[in-house]
Amino acid sequence: MLIHNRFSGKTRVGAIAALAVSVALLASGCSANTDGGTTAGGDAGSANLAVTFLPKNLGNPYFDTSDKGGETAVNEFGGTFAQVGPAEASPDAQVSYINTLTQQGVGAIVVSANDPKAIGDALNEARDAGIKVVTYDSDTEAQFRDVFINQADSAGIAKVQVDMIAEQIGDAGEIAILSASANATNQNAWIELMKADLAENHPDITLVETVYGDDDDQTSFDKTAALLQTHPNLKGIVSPTTVGIAAAARYLQTSDFKGKVALTGLGTPNQLRDYIDDGTMTAFALWNPADLGYLAAFAAKALIVGDITGAEGDTFEAGKLGSYTVGADSVVLLGDPYVFNKDNIADFDF
Amino acid sequence: MSSTATIPAQTTAPRVYRDYGRPAWRRILFTRESAVIGLLILVIIGATFGVRNFGSPITMTYLLLDVAPILLIALPMTLVIITGEIDLSVASMVGLSSVLVGILHQGGLPIPAAAAVAIIAGAVGGALNGFLVTAVGLPSLAVTIGTLALYRGLAVGLLGTTAVTDFDEFWTSLAKSKIGETGIPSIMIPFVLLAIVFAVLLHFTPFGRGIFAIGLSPDAATFSGVNVNRTKMILFILTGTLSAFAGIYYTLRFGSARGDNATGLELQVIAAVLLGGVSIFGGRGALHGVIAGVLLIGVLASALRLANVTSDVINIITGVLLVLSVVSASFLAWLQKKRQGPGRLKRGRTPAAKA
Repeated sequence: MLIHNRFSGKTRVGAIAALAVSVALLASGCSANTDGGTTAGGDAGSANLAVTFLPKNLGNPYFDTSDKGGETAVNEFGGTFAQVGPAEASPDAQVSYINTLTQQGVGAIVVSANDPKAIGDALNEARDAGIKVVTYDSDTEAQFRDVFINQADSAGIAKVQVDMIAEQIGDAGEIAILSASANATNQNAWIELMKADLAENHPDITLVETVYGDDDDQTSFDKTAALLQTHPNLKGIVSPTTVGIAAAARYLQTSDFKGKVALTGLGTPNQLRDYIDDGTMTAFALWNPADLGYLAAFAAKALIVGDITGAEGDTFEAGKLGSYTVGADSVVLLGDPYVFNKDNIADFDF
Repeated sequence: MSSTATIPAQTTAPRVYRDYGRPAWRRILFTRESAVIGLLILVIIGATFGVRNFGSPITMTYLLLDVAPILLIALPMTLVIITGEIDLSVASMVGLSSVLVGILHQGGLPIPAAAAVAIIAGAVGGALNGFLVTAVGLPSLAVTIGTLALYRGLAVGLLGTTAVTDFDEFWTSLAKSKIGETGIPSIMIPFVLLAIVFAVLLHFTPFGRGIFAIGLSPDAATFSGVNVNRTKMILFILTGTLSAFAGIYYTLRFGSARGDNATGLELQVIAAVLLGGVSIFGGRGALHGVIAGVLLIGVLASALRLANVTSDVINIITGVLLVLSVVSASFLAWLQKKRQGPGRLKRGRTPAAKA
């Protein structure tokens, strides 16, 4: 009995020791594969071209596409690419990753912010440590980063949608707009710009009505049905919202209006692939996330090597995308939105 | 086996022997708490030598800033779990107090006043949990799943999906300030004081003995004069209050009051408490083990992140560690029971008889 008691004490210690060793092995095993990997390559004399992408969250096809573009760029200029990020898109998780990158001393952090303010102090600590900070897709307040890569501006978004609908309906006839909610700031700004563009450059196109689907799938679906009932001569619908355009496409696909009423606007390839394939739609626009990541990586490189500081008017080369100029508030505009159609939609997965 | 001779013959009850017959160094060394502390030291040493950039002072700063809210909530949570209850609403209370601080500050209240209101709200929220558990007699698991949703709902409902971010620089930098040149965050000062208070409360007072007694058997505790309901009520209020405190810290550290702050934190807290050797069935545990458990999870996460391990793999590793620690605890208990046999206190099962 007493022997057993002593023995069980030893067993316990043994079990705990085994546990300890297994954890230590796990920890060291994991660290082993990093030394050869993506730790900072900041050797004396050469620029530290370790560029790490920190998307809003991992496992998000949109960011997988953009960060792949970033990786392509980093490989082109001979830097070290890494992508880290939290599983959920929360700012506190991003702060931990920014802190980690600060400790590692990477050359640049390319981040899509989950909150414009909450990750700011962590970014400033990183910058104090000599790390360049580029935001892409979603910006922080301007004082927390060196450069923001803006995917598209309002004028470009408005123009591409007017151009697409004009082309699809032969630059004449009645059109309608299916927007998100009546008080959505960005949507309303685009709609105003579109109206101005239509009035100025497309006198034969009449905008008969603007309806709001409240970014709700069913409401957008019903509003599409109502639009087509109310305006029998309608030739096209513009939907500058990803929820609206998908619902409208779904309605058109099974209705008599398929192929007769044009639909275009802002959407993502995965959402609209089927409707492009079966001819419900011919083209829609968004930006190209791969190009966004590609440009962000080159901006990071330009900051690291000192080609730019983020001041307005600085210019840098971005590989295949050509030359870019830093605008006001250290914003770099990717360019016009990207038009997706039957020819190129297969190249995208987001 | 030669050591049999040194065992005093008069010892008949193995339990008594195990607790008092062994040399002090063995009693201290071979406990779950010591095992966790040992493991923590091992992992720290392993990470310092195995993971690049881990062995720098800034690591300690970030690490402690990260685990501070978990540490704060783990203190009262340990006591709650030792009584055999649980509080799943803590992270929602962090979110709610964060939102309260944000809204009140936006409405013109200075930070200390807003923080005071948030702490009162935390105490009230904890009291509601306590009331439903003690006066209504509902199981705490069900009650706090409900208030988890309720407090989070209130938080998100009050502020929507927006965030309040216009906090004075003074307060946000206070939350991240360090003690002199040490790199140790100032938040560790209130934490150490609270930890001492809780450790004394749990391990050196009648109130603390009552907590253990409740966890072992509420009926027996009642008969020995422990006021079970009052004790539980106090503990739930403490959990709510410290969660609110953590919420204020959270808000100021990130300079952002959001309804979804600290989502999922309750599971990290409970995982750390269990890893630290507290029995989920109540009646067993010690605060130093819990603190080591929190630090262990924090060090592992930090080291693995530095080693560029992705967050899902970090979750898998901490999950496996937790399962292993819980499994090993019950496995050892089972082993011990089996070796001691069913009638360990019966006459005739003396060492001589067995031999």
